Amino acid sequence: MTLTVEKTNPPSEDRRWKLVNSTMKRLNYSPRALIETLHVIQDSFGFIDEDAMRYVSTMLRVPLSKVYGVTTFYNSFTTKPAGEHTLILCTGTACFVKGNDKIQEWMKEKYDLNPGETTSDGKMSFLTARCVGACGLAPVMILDGQIVGKLPVEEMKARIEAWVNHE
Amino acid sequence: MNNETLLEIARNEQITAEKYQHRIHICGGTGCVSSNSQLILAAFEKEIKLRNLQDVVLVKQVGCMGLCAAGPIVSIQPDGILYKSVTPEDVNDILDHLNQQPVERLVIDTGLPFFTRQVKNALENSGHVNPERIEDYIGRNGYQALVKSLKMTPDEIISEITKSGLRGRGGGGFPTAIKWTAVKNAVGEQKYIICNADEGDPGAFMDRSILESDPHVVIEGMAIAAYVVGATKGYIYVRAEYPLAVKRLRIAIRQAEKLGFLGENICESNHSFTIEIRLGAGAFVCGEETALINSIEGNRGTPRPRPPYPAQSGLDGCPTLINNVETYSNVPAIMSRGGEEFARIGTPKCKGTKVFALTGKVENTGLIEVPMGITLREIIFDIGGGIPNGKKFKAVQTGGPSGGCIPEEFLDTPVDYESLNQLGSIMGSGGMIVMDETTNMIDMAKFFMEFSKDESCGKCIPCRVGTAKIYDLLGKFSAGNATEEDLATLENLCEMVRDTSLCGLGKAAPNPVLSTLKYFREEYLAKIRQPENAPTVKSNVPVAVR
Repeated sequence: MTLTVEKTNPPSEDRRWKLVNSTMKRLNYSPRALIETLHVIQDSFGFIDEDAMRYVSTMLRVPLSKVYGVTTFYNSFTTKPAGEHTLILCTGTACFVKGNDKIQEWMKEKYDLNPGETTSDGKMSFLTARCVGACGLAPVMILDGQIVGKLPVEEMKARIEAWVNHE
Repeated sequence: MNNETLLEIARNEQITAEKYQHRIHICGGTGCVSSNSQLILAAFEKEIKLRNLQDVVLVKQVGCMGLCAAGPIVSIQPDGILYKSVTPEDVNDILDHLNQQPVERLVIDTGLPFFTRQVKNALENSGHVNPERIEDYIGRNGYQALVKSLKMTPDEIISEITKSGLRGRGGGGFPTAIKWTAVKNAVGEQKYIICNADEGDPGAFMDRSILESDPHVVIEGMAIAAYVVGATKGYIYVRAEYPLAVKRLRIAIRQAEKLGFLGENICESNHSFTIEIRLGAGAFVCGEETALINSIEGNRGTPRPRPPYPAQSGLDGCPTLINNVETYSNVPAIMSRGGEEFARIGTPKCKGTKVFALTGKVENTGLIEVPMGITLREIIFDIGGGIPNGKKFKAVQTGGPSGGCIPEEFLDTPVDYESLNQLGSIMGSGGMIVMDETTNMIDMAKFFMEFSKDESCGKCIPCRVGTAKIYDLLGKFSAGNATEEDLATLENLCEMVRDTSLCGLGKAAPNPVLSTLKYFREEYLAKIRQPENAPTVKSNVPVAVR
């Protein structure tokens, strides 16, 4: 049986696909490049939707079921777009001991957000991380990529409110 | 790259360093970077230029200095002064005091047990070298162990590792020399080596710190191991959650390739070795070696039954050596100073030092390296400085979701693999979380079970269903709705999951519950709902004999 690389066009004209394509090319379109490719899509688009999965499936000759399986297996990959701002709450043990569980409850009360959800106006996504490895700074949260740590629970709440309302 | 060139670079580095009267080291680890240590670095650079001190004062970014809670940390060498919680506004004061008494309000007493009780081996260069400059590492005699090893036979190297008594630092404690021998003797044209940097335990950041502070020590260790087992290709499987570590590793690999420590015919030998980075994608189970191999192959990270062990059939079915970051980082020191020197420290069965991430309700949170055999009490109360806010110590949790809680009565236990196992916990990769009297042990067990339940890959039923059932039962206890039957079911389930799961995740998942049941049983009993009209049930509750 001979395998031919099926040529297919990216789901859109978006220039970010060039980055995805160059990653797959660099790794010789090997089925093994799946996770690396998904990382690039996640990083550039913020999520991996069905069109993206179909495209990768064709390009790397990996069954769509497997692309879907791998995408949904790993915590780093999401299938829905994220909000304008992202709050990641560390749920590691040190952060738990120092009160991040209370912040999680408060996010539900105040913004009606469970981990993994985005507010209906698309303004804020609330995610949790297993452990960001900055336990010396516990309790830790990450506001749009910036690590914020060592704040008492009440101050964390104030900080979140100020950050959400700030443009 | 040959020995002469290497020694010359090292000599030049040392001469350059001595040229400066003072060397200012600014911590560039994740902890301190998030408290803006980069601004401090910039402020120093600017001010030194203004004062025209470029020729007498060197300022550089270094890796983690350990006391993360007091960050950002700045150290002045060779004076040996440490400053804590430095802000850009303090820069002028520090420079003013360079040739005088240190700035009193910022200085950390380096005579504290936190510093004096530690023994540095894997972390030897952390806080001294700029992790983004290979010359810094060479200046501290880096890569000399590799050059030396390449002139030895693989068997001679293994004999040195055997003498050192080094055991796997990822948690299992398997003797490193035996693992290496197995892969070396395995038949196969292609062999691989893998560095497991998928540090998934919540509360553990030893590997992150080593990779960020001293990436070259890991590369050197891997290169030596690759030569011994005959592998030409290596992978570092690192968590995507550690962007700084990934960045520094990429820089380090590029630099090592440029100087000929990686690539074809490394250091003018016949051995070739290259390293590629593979990013994890957030799955705790990928810390298990066979799941990790699946993930590198681009699959879901689910474990495979063992045997065959990776030493026989690993990546692509080829013999594969997997060690964790800390294990590799101990290798260069063993090869340059000899196995016997390494084995001088520690207990009869556990040699050398171990890095721990000390966190939770303890005064000095941070990264420490201690000799094996030190007691938990010494770690928590001497090095850790005890419990803050006048609270009482309750328990210490080692080994993350796979480990257990150890109560006060066992604080004098020496830290080694066997002693911790006997207590129902594990050494694990080195996370150590201290809990005070306000911590609810059932909530703690529930927290870990939620973790294991979410992270269970779903391949085997005992783990997939068992962890969820245990979690539900713990919820009943936590709400005070449990019955005596629930207690018996809980214990049975825990034992069943432990005995029948496929991989380490499931086998160890009940540990937090079993250990709290063992040491803090009264907390569970207090949550059993009392039947009406029967107020004295408590003493009748069957206590399982173990």
